Parts: sequence; C-alpha cells; structure tokens
Amino acid sequence: MSKSPKLLALTLGITLTLPFAAVAAGSADTAKTFGLGRPAEADEIAAWDIDVRPDGTGLPEGSGTVAEGEVLFTDNCATCHGDFGEGAGRWPVLAGGQDTLKEDRPEKTIGSYWPYLSTVYDYVRRAMPYGNARSLSDDEVYALTAYLLYLNDVVTDEEFKLSKENFTGIHLPNEANFIADDRMAEAHNANKGDPCMTNCMAEPARITMHARVLDVTPGAGDDETSGGSVD
Amino acid sequence: MTDTQAPAQPGTGDMAGLSRRSLLRAGLLTGGAAAGAGLVSRSALAGDPLITEVQDWNRYLGDSVQAAPYGKPSEFEAHVVRRDVEWLTASPESSVNFTPLHELDGIITPNGLCFERHHGGVAQINPADHRLMIHGLVDKPLVFTMEDLKRFPRENRVYFLECAANSGMEWRGAQLNGCQYTHGMIHCVVYTGVPLKYLLNEAGVKTSGKWLLAEGADASAMTRSIPMEKALDDCLVAFKMNGEALRPEQGYPVRLVVPGWEGNMWVKWLRRLEVGDQPWEQREETSKYTDLLANGKARRFTWVMDVKSVITSPSPQAPVAHGKGPLVISGVAWSGNGTVQRVDVSIDGGRNWKTARIDGPSLSKAMHRFYLDIDWDGSPLLLQSRAMDEQGFVQPTKNELRLARGDNSIYHNNGIQTWHVKADGTVENVEVA
Repeated sequence: MSKSPKLLALTLGITLTLPFAAVAAGSADTAKTFGLGRPAEADEIAAWDIDVRPDGTGLPEGSGTVAEGEVLFTDNCATCHGDFGEGAGRWPVLAGGQDTLKEDRPEKTIGSYWPYLSTVYDYVRRAMPYGNARSLSDDEVYALTAYLLYLNDVVTDEEFKLSKENFTGIHLPNEANFIADDRMAEAHNANKGDPCMTNCMAEPARITMHARVLDVTPGAGDDETSGGSVD
Repeated sequence: MTDTQAPAQPGTGDMAGLSRRSLLRAGLLTGGAAAGAGLVSRSALAGDPLITEVQDWNRYLGDSVQAAPYGKPSEFEAHVVRRDVEWLTASPESSVNFTPLHELDGIITPNGLCFERHHGGVAQINPADHRLMIHGLVDKPLVFTMEDLKRFPRENRVYFLECAANSGMEWRGAQLNGCQYTHGMIHCVVYTGVPLKYLLNEAGVKTSGKWLLAEGADASAMTRSIPMEKALDDCLVAFKMNGEALRPEQGYPVRLVVPGWEGNMWVKWLRRLEVGDQPWEQREETSKYTDLLANGKARRFTWVMDVKSVITSPSPQAPVAHGKGPLVISGVAWSGNGTVQRVDVSIDGGRNWKTARIDGPSLSKAMHRFYLDIDWDGSPLLLQSRAMDEQGFVQPTKNELRLARGDNSIYHNNGIQTWHVKADGTVENVEVA
C-alpha cells in the first residue's frame, strides 16, 4: 500500500465531507438550488400557457362575431347546452337566470353569475367541447364568446365582433357581487371557545327532517328526485 | 339511556344482547344442561359446529404466495367500495364518488377506496411522458421530468383531502342516507413528495410574484390560483400516497398537495405552475367554488376547510346489529386549521355532551379517529359529534350555518350531523331542532 493512513483519511475526508455539506446547506437554506430541470423553451411555454386574466393578460390575437359564433355553437355545443344555452337534460345552463341569485332556487349562468368574460374565453379554449378539448381555434373561441354574450343579452347586435382589442371593455352583470372570504366573522366562528356541555337546549331535541322522506340514496328506491348538484 | 364506560351487564331475557361466548360461559357456570330455562335450546352440549367440526380452511391448503402479486381485500369485504350517486352530475367523467367511511377505521384511507373527483375523466399518463413546467414571473423558466422531481429532498406528510362540496347535498336538509354519501368526499393518506418551495426556488420567483396558477394535464386542464404565501408554506408536489405511486384517479404521476384547503385546489396530473402578480379568476374559482349567500353576494377564495366531524358507526349504512349492551361509537374529525383538540359526542340530539377519546396520531390537517364507548340500553338515540380544533374553532350546527349563509352556498358545509338510532338498531340521517 503506497498511501499512508493519514493520506487515506484526508482523501476520505474530502470525498465524504463535501456532499454532506451541500445537503445540509440545502435543507437549511431556502435560497439553495439543486441545479435540476432544464430551461423551458419559448415555444413550449406558448403551447401550454393559454390562461387569460380579467385584465386581458393572455388574450391571443384574433376576433369573431356573434353570427359566426351561432353557427359554431350549433355545430359544437348545442347538443349538450341547448340551442340557446338553456342546457339539455342535466347539462349546464349557460344563459338566463338574471336576478335569481336571491331566490330560493337561483340559476347561476354566465350572464347571471360569472364575474369575468376572460373566464369564458379561457375555459372554452382550455376544456370545451367536452370530450374534444383544445380543438377550437382562437378566432372560433372569440366567436363563441361573442355568441354567449348575445345569448345573455350583454350584447344585442348579431354583427357584434369580439376581439382582443375590445375584450376588456365588456363587463358581465354580476362582477361586483363577489366578496372576500369572511367566514371568520360569522357568529359561530367569532364566538369560539368552550361550547355548552349540559342542558344546552330547553326542550328535548325533536326530529325536523328525515332523509328517508326524500329517498334519493342509491339503492334506497326512486332516484328521480334531485335535491342538489355538485358539478 | 346510560353512557357509562363500565363493562356492560347483559340484560336478562335479552338474547340478542348476549354473545355466543357469554352464552356458553353462562352454560358452563350453571352446569351445562341445567342452565336456566332461557338457555335450554342452546345447551353447551350442542356446540358451535364452526368449532366442533373441522373446517375446510383448517384441512386444505390455502393459496400460494404466487396467487396474488398485488393483494386485494378478502372476498367477504366486497361491499367495501366507492359508490357514486348518479343523479348528482350530468356525466360520469365529470363527477364524484364517495369513500366508504362507515366501513373504515383508523385515520388512513386505503388507496383503492379514496374518493374520486374528475372534471374530464382519469388521464392515463406514462410518467416518462410527463413534464412539469414552471414559468411566469421567475428568473429561469424550467421544465422538470419525473426523474428530476425525485432528486429533490422529499417529505412524508399525512393530510386529509376534502372536496369543497362534501356534505353539499345536505344544505337544504337531510337527503342522503349514509355517511359515505353525506361525508365521503374525503380521504386521508400519507403523501411523499417535494416541498413546492424547492421547485419555485429552483426557478427563482421574482418579488412581484404573488400568485401561482397550478394546471393539470387532463382533458379539463384544471386550473386554480394559489397565493404565494401558501405555495411557499406547506404545499407538496407529491408522487406517492401510502407508500406507493399515486393511483391514476388521484393524479398519477404527480399531484399538488394543498394541506387544509379545499380539494379542488389539489391539482392532479400537475403539469404547469405559472407565477403571476394577480389571481387568474379561472372557471373553478368563479363559476365554481364560490359560495352564494342569501343576499345574492358570493364569497370567493374560500380556501380553508373548517373544523368538522362525523360519526361513521353507528350510521345508516352501519346499523346496530348486536342489540343492547356495549356499543362502540366511532368517527372521524378534521380541521384545515391544524389538529383537532377535542371531539364531543351527544346521544340526545345536542342537549348534553360527553368528550370522546381521540385514538391514534393527532396530526395537523389530518383525520383524527375518535371513540365513545357506551352501554346502550336499547332506547332511541340522536347521535351527534362536535369537533373543536387547536385554534378553538367549534364545529357549528347546520342551522347556525344556514342562519349565516342561507341554503345555496353548495360548498363548505361543516355542520353537525345527526343520526337517529332507533330501538331496532337501524339508523337514519335526520335533522333536529
């Protein structure tokens, strides 16, 4: 053996100490980077980055008219959403329902509920038609968005042309009615602390409603009566 | 009704309340055939053939170790499955099914039973073909492969994932008969993954970067805006659940984990993270996952899942079949605010409460298992559970929630559940006042 024990120890010290030092720094210091991944190319970002914000950020070049949108809607959308956005069967209703939000059974549509037109463009382009997403051109999405504005009486002219240029000038009726999460101000949250443990009600509890009256649980009988929806 | 935790005294003349073992013991103690009149028909001499006769499994060989390379539950557990409610949605690819909470115990949900919620069906992705991109307000836009992700330091954390719409069908009153349906849009597993902050740091978030858009690779290209403080706090980019790779229906090969926050934000098949200076107001945070109030206003960005609990047994799908005597009341509790500090149980519809016993680990933003062991005298019960979290928030009644919000919020129903246990042991979902 040509290496002395001292030299061997020194060699091991170098090879062992350096990686452990790097790992220790990485777990303690959030500014540490690992040199993993590779740069994203511009065309890769462009292929996936299709989101649109309310301020118009992300809108592509292009335009489309209400009349063009009506043809596209009939061909690509009406099977599920109905000729006028009224919804076929249980499929989502896209138009109508204005001024129903305080009612017992509100109808939440683009016109009655959605705050921003950007979401319409973004969602149609990213996820519709259902089962054939990303199949519409940017101009076609402009045309369909224009038609949805027409179905919701936000625009009334069939020759109206929606474009990147005039897009942010259009506002949906319900934009101002969204508020921040203020659940913490509700009485049961504001008054947090030890709850009542004994004799919490003056009278014995009485049953006010039975699930079996509705009888909509699978396997429990008739499934026709719908009392809610999760989609 | 009594709810002492003392050992039960079998009721005289109540055969249903006696176990076979206690019957046999009673017979032996009183001299076999000379037992009391009520026991004559089951004398100790007429032994249980499952004991007195040699059974097949005691005689013949069972399966070899090669029979099941990936094991499945016993055939006698075939009823322990996810179930859906067909009328809830227009399409089974944009729909939900439910975890069979009434059959489970402990705090970990088996992978094959974790409820599913998809918006464009289950994407089937070869991990070799998967890419994760980070771009936007960063110094270096990056692309990661799965191999890259697995070279970052990783963490193991147990968290519940609850759909914002869990219990949503119950806003207007008792509707679905079973905790699988009323509370089963939840699961709790141990995730293995990379802290999201490591990935963001690798790209270098600019000081103007206040929001993060997460996007999935499926046909719905699910997107949600997440504030940067949360992204840099406890979010994970997870590739394993309960020790094995994510199931396809849970986002294989990689998903976002957003502890304590509504399930919709836990983007599956995660492929893109964009840093921006404002939220994107995507469909899933405007049209959906906004909470309409009685005054016509709607809350947005209601991210945290509040403190909640449910008794899983007895429950409508888990009736009391054993008669009077010792009865285990079992349930789960959880809070997006941290750990569950305490769970109280009432057997009289909320008039009186007794603090239950939390058993097993108490982990932040994870399910907790609680038990209350009672001696059931056969009287009807109105069972409720009420959880309190480490921040002192107490689970409200459904009526308190309705008073504050109306009936049309759809999401975030954490109201106290009531089960009506009848004298015959059957159980029904009810509301009380």
